[in-house]
Amino acid sequence: MKKLDTYADMRAVYADTLIEIAKDDDKVVVMDADLMAANGTKGFKDAYPDRMINAGVAEANMVGVAAGLASQGFIPFASTFGCFAARRAYDQFFLSANYAKQNVKLVGSDPGVTAQFNGGTHMPFCDITLMRVIPNLVVLDPCDTVSLHKLTKAIYEYKGPVYMRLHRKGATTIYKDDQEFEIGKGVVIKDGTDVTLIANGLVMVTEAIKAEKALAAEGISAAVIDMHTIKPLDEALVAEYAKKTGAIVTCENGQKIGGLGGAVSEYLSENMPTLMKRVAVDDVFGEVGTQDYLQERFGLTSEKIVEAAKSLVKK
Amino acid sequence: MNQEKKQDLQEKAREVRIETLKSIGHLGVGHVGGAMSIVEVLTYLYYAEMNVNPQEPRMNDRDRLVLSKGHAGPALYSILAMKGFFPKEWLLTLNQGGTNLPSHCDRNRTPGIDMTTGSLGQGLSAAVGIALATRLNKTDNRVFAIIGDGESQEGQNWEAAMSAAQFKLGRLIAFTDYNKMQIDGMTEDIMDLAALENKWESFGWHAQRIDGHDFEALAEAVKRAKEETDRPSMIVLDTIKGKGCSFAENKLGSHNMPVSADDLKEALAALGEGEN
Ligand SMILES: Cc1ncc(C[n+]2csc(CCOP(=O)(O)OP(=O)(O)O)c2C)c(N)n1
Ligand SMILES: [Mg+2]
Repeated sequence: MKKLDTYADMRAVYADTLIEIAKDDDKVVVMDADLMAANGTKGFKDAYPDRMINAGVAEANMVGVAAGLASQGFIPFASTFGCFAARRAYDQFFLSANYAKQNVKLVGSDPGVTAQFNGGTHMPFCDITLMRVIPNLVVLDPCDTVSLHKLTKAIYEYKGPVYMRLHRKGATTIYKDDQEFEIGKGVVIKDGTDVTLIANGLVMVTEAIKAEKALAAEGISAAVIDMHTIKPLDEALVAEYAKKTGAIVTCENGQKIGGLGGAVSEYLSENMPTLMKRVAVDDVFGEVGTQDYLQERFGLTSEKIVEAAKSLVKK
Repeated sequence: MNQEKKQDLQEKAREVRIETLKSIGHLGVGHVGGAMSIVEVLTYLYYAEMNVNPQEPRMNDRDRLVLSKGHAGPALYSILAMKGFFPKEWLLTLNQGGTNLPSHCDRNRTPGIDMTTGSLGQGLSAAVGIALATRLNKTDNRVFAIIGDGESQEGQNWEAAMSAAQFKLGRLIAFTDYNKMQIDGMTEDIMDLAALENKWESFGWHAQRIDGHDFEALAEAVKRAKEETDRPSMIVLDTIKGKGCSFAENKLGSHNMPVSADDLKEALAALGEGEN
């Protein structure tokens, strides 16, 4: 692996991590559905041509085949755009992988607005919500090169099905190399006392960090948590910060219904009702445009986070 | 087809290529390869075959087209603009925030688009539904559909194929843009479609295979397909991905490619833009 902060694209971190894992485990196989070039898994093919399985434009078959491979002790990492991972192969993933308890790692790329010019048909706002309702499934949305690298290794170690989002183009490095990551344990990026911003994924963790600075400039102390695992939710951390700050803003690049904000509010409303706002896509379909345009269009900006935080702190 | 008609269509196809490259070039990136390979079939359908009315895009008895390989929308948008479904200026708004011309076909945004597509494999099923509706409505229009060769790997196409044959949809005429390429490589190397016409035939369709850039062959094949009254028709088009675009023709990288100002200039010059 190159130094993590030198990667230009997250997909290359994903591919290089798989290459690293596959070196010591010949049960690891990688699959794609005619999007190797897009998802970076072409890099894996170059390293291990025999263990790269391209299913063609046939996502449902890919995930069914992955379940069959897993039943024979292989560990398939299957990727496609998040919209197709979540929607076209949902029943195969639900039944053949999850209900049948098979060790399939499904990776959905181009989360939310990062699908940009591919537009509404390709914009996965719904993947997290759909995946969350599958019993016991681990659901992740890493935000930077270090967390993507370490969580890819963690899901390899974990025995069971996983859905992970992959921000494929562009990269950011937020963490130091020695930062530890554990499935189901959120990371406090910045401590604070007035309000807690719980975010995940590259787009919204970036916006939350910006929002924290803007709030600080106005004398509001915001904590920022990277909730890279949506399921199982780090309830202890949510509870700790709900108690400490009394106000929570969730920030996610996807639907408000049933996503990260949904998970946090479900937990809090039953256990310790807390003032909350959810910055997320509000029950509409995606569309084409640049990422900047789309973030504005769907309200996924630091300004919206600041506005939400201030509306809570005021109370 | 007489020479004059043929030349006329060739001229129209040239114009479609120019408009399409300008619109993709204006944005700087897009699905050049798969748009270029269907220029002739689209030109043939819209200028020699289909009964459509730009003044009344939802005219009840119009012929329908489902462009299932929705990423080739820009080629269809050029034709729709040339025919007057919407102003040509729209072509330069391709994929910009708020546009009526998104990368993948959207029936709710673009006049003249009959079905929303983009998630590969869904269009042919919609075409089956439209053809069934045509029968129930007792209108005598036809339903055309265009699918990709890579797209043909989606199993849903074969569910649609079985149903169209079962329902004896003689008014359904589909084309496969067999340009031999998908994103990750040659179709043959990724997931081979070998004996494609035989596959369709064994699914109960009337199947033909022609040069998809040849207007005479297109006319002949569509005529033949229309003679089939109680089974659907597949016309497999041998095409070249990126056809007619100097920087894209027959290149795997043409699927979704950046287009620089220089690329565009060169390609337009090669197409004789501005000449008549
Ligand atoms: C269900 C689905 N899976 C994947 C994609 C991404 N994708 C867009 S085009 C394409 C390749 C299609 O190949 P082909 O049908 O041969 O298109 P053409 O060569 O005509 O451009 C893929 C995989 C998609 N749009 N829909
Ligand atoms: Mg093709």
